[in-house]
Amino acid sequence: MSENHGPLHVQTPLRASDEPYDPQTLADLVRDAELIVARYPQKRSALLPLLHLIQSVDGYVTGRGVTFCAEQLDLTEAEVSGVATFYTQYKRHPNGEYTVGVCTNTLCAVMGGDLIWDTVSEHLGIGHDETTEDGKVTLERVECNAACDYAPVVMANWEFFDNQTPESTVRLVEDLRAGKDVTPTRGATSVCSFKQMSRVLAGFSDGRADEGVGAGPASLEGLRIASGEQTYTRTAPAPAPEASKEQQS
Amino acid sequence: MTDLTPILTEFWDHPNSWTLETYEDKQGYQALRKALAMPAADLVQMTKDSGLRGRGGAGFPTGMKWGFLPPPDGGPRYLVVNADESEPGTCKDIPLMMAAPQFLIEGVAITSYAIGCNHAFIYLRGEVVHVYRRLLRAVEEAYAAGYLGKDILGTGFDLDVTVHAGAGAYICGEETALLDSLEGRRGQPRLKPPFPAVAGLYARPTVVNNVESIASIPPILSRGADWFADMGTEKSQGFGIFSLSGHVTRPGQYEAPLGITLRELVDMAGGIREGHRLKFWTPGGSSTPIFTDAHWDVPLDFESVAAAGSMLGTRALQIFDETVSVVRAVSRWTDFYAHESCGKCTPCREGTFWLKQIMTRLEHGQGTQEDIDKLVDICDNILGRSFCALGDGATSPITSAVQYFREEFGAGTSQPWWELFPPEKSVLFPVRAKETVSA
Repeated sequence: MSENHGPLHVQTPLRASDEPYDPQTLADLVRDAELIVARYPQKRSALLPLLHLIQSVDGYVTGRGVTFCAEQLDLTEAEVSGVATFYTQYKRHPNGEYTVGVCTNTLCAVMGGDLIWDTVSEHLGIGHDETTEDGKVTLERVECNAACDYAPVVMANWEFFDNQTPESTVRLVEDLRAGKDVTPTRGATSVCSFKQMSRVLAGFSDGRADEGVGAGPASLEGLRIASGEQTYTRTAPAPAPEASKEQQS
Repeated sequence: MTDLTPILTEFWDHPNSWTLETYEDKQGYQALRKALAMPAADLVQMTKDSGLRGRGGAGFPTGMKWGFLPPPDGGPRYLVVNADESEPGTCKDIPLMMAAPQFLIEGVAITSYAIGCNHAFIYLRGEVVHVYRRLLRAVEEAYAAGYLGKDILGTGFDLDVTVHAGAGAYICGEETALLDSLEGRRGQPRLKPPFPAVAGLYARPTVVNNVESIASIPPILSRGADWFADMGTEKSQGFGIFSLSGHVTRPGQYEAPLGITLRELVDMAGGIREGHRLKFWTPGGSSTPIFTDAHWDVPLDFESVAAAGSMLGTRALQIFDETVSVVRAVSRWTDFYAHESCGKCTPCREGTFWLKQIMTRLEHGQGTQEDIDKLVDICDNILGRSFCALGDGATSPITSAVQYFREEFGAGTSQPWWELFPPEKSVLFPVRAKETVSA
């Protein structure tokens, strides 16, 4: 292989990084890795959080990060790469400061997610897993993120933006690109950077758990019915017990 | 007529619902005190007596699962909570852990004591950073209050809890794939037997339970197995969170006894979107065969839903009105299964690949006459032949949709879905005329 050419493809998995970690970064990584390993009875279990930790430093899973994980956990680089390439949250190339994910699984797609995706993708001029030239926003189509009662849903660095529209999502990405604080519907009071978010996912608390609401309005609909705050009309009597037994048999 | 039963959702509207202080004000951790004064075997029996069945989709009796652990041999035993909620349509565990994580932590402590576990894990999907913050904080608070750690409440019982974030993979919701992932591997399912009860995490006896199952343990212990068993139906006892999404006036979380019907729930949710009518819905997520407007009054319990040809699953009711193309909906779910297939077994890996191509043809109105039968035939070769339930789940929407809406698949041989079902009619916000959706 020639040493002159770059990666064969911009998305070459886990492309090597030329620079080794500087001594201070390496020392911090080693210290953090020890804390992560200590959480588990067997150290290989530390691999997923360690890869999140690498992303908190490098912004994606770098070759030097793979080497670091392998050394810490007595694995081969192939074993680490095999894991890193399995999970969608591990990025194989530099990620933007903000990952913006539009849910395009069936329910959100039908409720407006497809239209949001088309609009924001066209607005930014990028497709799935691509990053704006300013390095601010990486756009993704994401799968169901367990917030279907708030469809259509958009995630920014894995914070919830509920009940979105094409206009609100364009505003979101523009605010992120302009460096303005944006506030999730249910989450911390502002969206942190991809690297900061990755450090939380590595299991290092950022002290922001008490920010934001406990529950959004949709989560409370049943409670409002039960308390009588929300009234409703029964459209038909419930089936008689005999009828329901027949259906069961 | 069924009334809602807010138990796990009871104080989600409290301004600091997630804190230990709030939880203790609501009698939190009284159940743990009670549990630690009981023989562990009695707790397993109580859970069996309550009739609690797994709330993660499969509905396996929780107490029986605990009872499958072999007798203690002096080595470690583990509790692993499956908090990888990813089934399309399912959205109950995430709001529970965001609003009231201490239910889960207390349930973990009680369950761990019941099964003789001193180190429990909560495997949370990685795509919900604020829920991870809340769980980390909840565990921290529980340690500080002496509900976790060494010599809990002076009883000599020790328990450590590790909250672990995944990294994006639907398959990790399958319990053995979750264990492989928690061991730092690719999340691929294991051959069973041995079951996790015998050889689970680190090949040690392990119980894997869903978040809602474990969170239900403190209320059951506080109020008694009979209280729980009196709710619901004869074989599907207790309550559960029903998640309504899509074309209803008030989508949301409705906690109710099992056996409530779609009609009752949709009434509470303010009806189907105004001016529209029900077309099809999932009773328990995308992996459960779809239902139609013929199923308004099926009691939503494990037996009745199965008798009607589907599965209760996770009580994830995704509701679609008459503006929605079945072919479009099913095709997108098929994309999902093809994307999430882990690649370990051939029927699922190759089968979802072929299903996706055929569904895409039908979406574009370019299907052939043979395509519908071919779809059903491929499904027949995946169902029951895959390594785990992901492959089975991939077939459910297709076979059920062909069963109920075969003519729409037929239309997929000549006309794209967006001509038959203009997508702007389905969306939940006003659409300007010039905007259109491409497939």
